[in-house]
Amino acid sequence: MEILLAIMTGVLYAAGTYMILRRSIVKLIIGVILFGNGVNLLIFLLGRITKGKPPIIAPELKHFADLYADPIPQALILTSIVISFGLQAFAIILVKRAYKVLKTDDLDMLNTLDEDS
Amino acid sequence: MSENIITYPLLVHLFFSIVLMFFWSKVKVQKIVTIIGNFIAFGVAIAVFVFTWQNGTHVVNAGNWDAPYGIVFVGDMLSATLILLTAIAGLTVSIFSTVSIINARLRFGFFSVYHFLLLGLNGAFLTGDLFNLYVWFEIIIISSFVLISIGGEKNQLEGAVKYFTLNFFGSLIFLTGLGVIYGLVGTLNMADIAVKIQSVNNQIIVDVCAILFLTAFAIKSAVFPLNFWLPASYHTPPSAVSAIFAGLLTKVGVYALIRMMTLIFPHDPFLMNLLMVLAVLTILSGAFGAIIQNNIRKVFSFLIICHIGFMIGGLGIFNVMALTGVIFYLIHDIIVKTNLFMIGGLIYRLKATTNMKKIGGLYKSYPKLSLLMIIVLFSLVGVPPLSGFWLKISLFLSSYNTGNYWYLGALILGSLITLLVVAKIWAEAFWKNQPEFKASKRFIFFDKLYPIQKWQFVMPIVILAIFSLYIGFGAEHIQALSERIAEDLYNSQNYIDAVLKP
Repeated sequence: MEILLAIMTGVLYAAGTYMILRRSIVKLIIGVILFGNGVNLLIFLLGRITKGKPPIIAPELKHFADLYADPIPQALILTSIVISFGLQAFAIILVKRAYKVLKTDDLDMLNTLDEDS
Repeated sequence: MSENIITYPLLVHLFFSIVLMFFWSKVKVQKIVTIIGNFIAFGVAIAVFVFTWQNGTHVVNAGNWDAPYGIVFVGDMLSATLILLTAIAGLTVSIFSTVSIINARLRFGFFSVYHFLLLGLNGAFLTGDLFNLYVWFEIIIISSFVLISIGGEKNQLEGAVKYFTLNFFGSLIFLTGLGVIYGLVGTLNMADIAVKIQSVNNQIIVDVCAILFLTAFAIKSAVFPLNFWLPASYHTPPSAVSAIFAGLLTKVGVYALIRMMTLIFPHDPFLMNLLMVLAVLTILSGAFGAIIQNNIRKVFSFLIICHIGFMIGGLGIFNVMALTGVIFYLIHDIIVKTNLFMIGGLIYRLKATTNMKKIGGLYKSYPKLSLLMIIVLFSLVGVPPLSGFWLKISLFLSSYNTGNYWYLGALILGSLITLLVVAKIWAEAFWKNQPEFKASKRFIFFDKLYPIQKWQFVMPIVILAIFSLYIGFGAEHIQALSERIAEDLYNSQNYIDAVLKP
């Protein structure tokens, strides 16, 4: 499972970076989304995956005696998913607006207006 | 109980941003409320500063969970100073933006988002938890995206797309580093990480982690080679917005770098050398970029990059004297850079353009304003005894003593080029005769404003200029403050003890 997730993380990072380097703004957004998912998987992976061991202490014990599923990475991922959803929503609106005003989705065409303002 | 005072700046800004939402379309009420809010925030910031100065580092455990498990807010001198500076810049820019930003833009909830931005900045300065730092960074960048794209003009959208991409990418890299560090040490409390990271067997991974964080913060603070989004987007929004961005947003990246590099990551030669190389390249790229530009606001944008390099280099030397210089520079830079972009806005209001080739004769037509501007420009250069001068003594001396001659050379060159650029602005915009230039008929010139509006334009610049003069002439106070902060940063054990053993 770990190995599969590790490969998946790598693939998502690579695909995300590749898409961010494209010239189309839409592909840029897709790249950012892929990259974000890769990051979330990475955090999940680095929090040590344990199967079927909830982080609950038996009533007679005072410490964890056994391996347990760390709840913190899941909480972190939840937060970061919410945040990146917000940012992606903003990005999509921004791109739509930029496309309407600039009439292009080519990032190279964005460099034309470099004179005085 | 009284320790909770360090969270009050957050509460003030949160409260006012919510209050402002109720006056969404009533721009006049918004203007008054935001100025009141920023005055209160300024008062609270002074209280926090005084409290921290008297009592030293103190910690607030959210929900009474003790340090490594719960979320902590840590108020040390560095945080308190930066909160005070944020409040000063926030107050002046809010006064400035009441007239410099047109009402149509204010109706999109400008001030509400502005308070959220200040909330995020204060939070980032206060938090002692790495993941919370990420969350505050997100609050900052989402507010700044709104501020940079508000109005939706052509070049603004262009700047916003670049700004968005790089900043979002930066925070994803930050998150990657955070994940790696959690995998290494199993904690996210900064003081706890600092203790546990020393016992990690594989120090190479720690270095990799440091480089991930360095990349993320370098994107935010525009360090070479990740700086090219800054001049492309900082001249596009209204001047008030770029003033607050220039003053505070890049500095929050520098703050995070200072915090991480002094507290968490070990000072091995590899990281220090990397920082020095980056600093030299940042100074050079910023300085050479500034020479060839003709738009005043673009020149200022490149000067931001150049001066970020000064601070990064001081961090790379890492002794008390260099850190003193860095902190002094941070204090000076927030005040001066905020003021510079407001001056850019004022020049635009006076002459309808910020292109140096098209304006001239500013000194002839507005001698008093020109004198005000030259104070700020000279503070930026560091003509003695103005504020940019004293900190350079620390930086020069420490780089000379430690044998960092490349950095020393870059510092001197950077300072000289700053002087050259300022002289160029002075000669072109102030002394040259006004060339033929026609503004559009709808443009409202400064002369046609009401007297109260003129005051709202000039007042913030005067306030910040007075602060600059104070930093220059009262340099011994600022020097003492910076030395105290630098000592704290250098002996990070104090910070760790304060957080982990309350």
